[in-house]
Amino acid sequence: MATKSRTMSGTGGRTAALFLIPFFTVFTVAMIAPVIYSLVLSFYAQQKSGLGFGGAKTSFVGLENYLQVFQSETFTGGLGRLALYCLLYIPCMVGGAVVFALLLDATVARARKLFQLLVFLPHAVPGVIAALIWAYLYTPGVSPLVQALESGGIQINFLDVHMVLPSIVNIAVWEWTGYNVIILFTALQAVPREILEAARVDGASEIRTALSIKFPLILPALSVIILFTVIGTLQLFTEPAIISKATASVTSTWVPNLWAYDAAFNRHNLNQAAAASIIIALLAAGLSLAVTRLSSRMNKA
Amino acid sequence: MSTKTVNAPARPGAGVAVHQKNADGGKRPRRPGGSRLSREGGFASAFSVNALLILGCAYMVLPVLWLFFAATKDTADLYGTAAYSLGRFALFENIAAVAGQDGGIFFRWMGNSVLYAAFGAVLGGLISVMAGYAFDKFQFRGKKTWFAFVLLGVLIPNTATVLPMYLLASVAGITNTVWAILIPVLCNPFGVYLARVYSSSYVPDETLEAARVDGAGPIRSFFSLGLPMMMPGFITIGLFQFVGIWNNFMLPLVMLQDQQLLPVSVGISIWQGYSIPQPEFSPMVITASFLSVIPLLAAFIMLQRFWKSGLTAGSVK
Repeated sequence: MATKSRTMSGTGGRTAALFLIPFFTVFTVAMIAPVIYSLVLSFYAQQKSGLGFGGAKTSFVGLENYLQVFQSETFTGGLGRLALYCLLYIPCMVGGAVVFALLLDATVARARKLFQLLVFLPHAVPGVIAALIWAYLYTPGVSPLVQALESGGIQINFLDVHMVLPSIVNIAVWEWTGYNVIILFTALQAVPREILEAARVDGASEIRTALSIKFPLILPALSVIILFTVIGTLQLFTEPAIISKATASVTSTWVPNLWAYDAAFNRHNLNQAAAASIIIALLAAGLSLAVTRLSSRMNKA
Repeated sequence: MSTKTVNAPARPGAGVAVHQKNADGGKRPRRPGGSRLSREGGFASAFSVNALLILGCAYMVLPVLWLFFAATKDTADLYGTAAYSLGRFALFENIAAVAGQDGGIFFRWMGNSVLYAAFGAVLGGLISVMAGYAFDKFQFRGKKTWFAFVLLGVLIPNTATVLPMYLLASVAGITNTVWAILIPVLCNPFGVYLARVYSSSYVPDETLEAARVDGAGPIRSFFSLGLPMMMPGFITIGLFQFVGIWNNFMLPLVMLQDQQLLPVSVGISIWQGYSIPQPEFSPMVITASFLSVIPLLAAFIMLQRFWKSGLTAGSVK
């Protein structure tokens, strides 16, 4: 035992603990404890006494809060909207990033460094500011976009009930495409040159090479991007929160995160807000797990 | 098993090494390109590829450029002149308006953002780097389980824990204080994950072994050998942490009511609320947005090497 601890000195549990304690302390305080507390809170409810006078009584209600959340039409509506948002956003953003990265990697592409910097630019713009810029770009009277479309005879109200979802998708596409282009482009640069050379000798065209050689080789990077994109879409809060000030089409319960915020701060029902947060976290964890499973199976195949 | 894919692109060494080779974009020896131009139908394909690239970049750049042009205009010109033209140059008046509003609170907001983001980047970054280093270099019981916790933290979206954090913070009585921001920003599970990758590719085990033989304790070897070797990784993790905190909106929105404590993101969103009924506020909101974007743009342009390496080492967020 004594000799063992001596040879293990510096690599043993005690030193490791010294290095890990700071992280796991903040992790516990900032993630685990809040989630556990919310879980507890979500099983209780504040019940006002008969006439609404006197202190509210807190009592255990089991899954009642969860039932109420799921029975709320605004919450399920928000979930549906979020699903639709994912269906629009993920293919547009990921597809756009793949195409742009492949173009950037084409032999005939010029000024790669400049293009990389420019395409990444939107990511340096905070989400609040991005939403704010686009809110102006969607507003008739200020927007060069609306004006250009009008002069072409197209009248679109980007902020009406039907268009506002695609309009918000566009903001997210703008913010995230460039970021993922850089990841995919780096993956493309790591594709062994010999393979591409062999394809060229065999007479494969540039487009053919891109589709049948480069694309399959960046699938692992792509699956990671999709995973993080899925997690990201569930975070949707900032953009609709900013856009909601410019249009009534985005209600205060437009997506689940807004619903939970509204429950806590406008309806003052903290127990329901806790239940909604737990639902969102579980949904996120479940979805990410599903995506991870799916992509590891895809990569094996 | 579920961690497999997450790990895949950042196999120790692989990702980072690739980055180092290609740190400066397209500088690697290109595939023989010149000779192909003529063979491939040449000019036409070169033209269309580059034209598409320019089109894509225009989509990325024009909104930012709009912000710049709009920040130079007064209210009349904002609504009256073409978007990408200069009206009467009113940038400095707009900046004066931003500085004068509510007793110069805008600069207070900027200062708060810098404080929160720098604190999280430096201290939170160090905490992540230490943990990642420990996961890479030390053997201890339950390592896999502990690391699974880290990955769980990566997979749960930030916004899902903001309200729970608020609920707990209000019990602890720290809402509407700086602690409600400063404590959560220290937690960066993805930083730990990245740091583990950096540690295994930048810090050779032999070096640590040599230090151990020379009698250096693990803490001393970390601070005098490990940390300096991981410096590029530390900067990358810190940079992403900084940007994440600077951009964070929901956490401060939920936690803080006192205007004096707000970061610039929430502050500007409050001003945006004013500008909806009163369009004369618009130039001020736009100019404030423009001013708040400049530090980040500068950081990204100057630190290109680092964010590219961060993206390579494991596709952030």
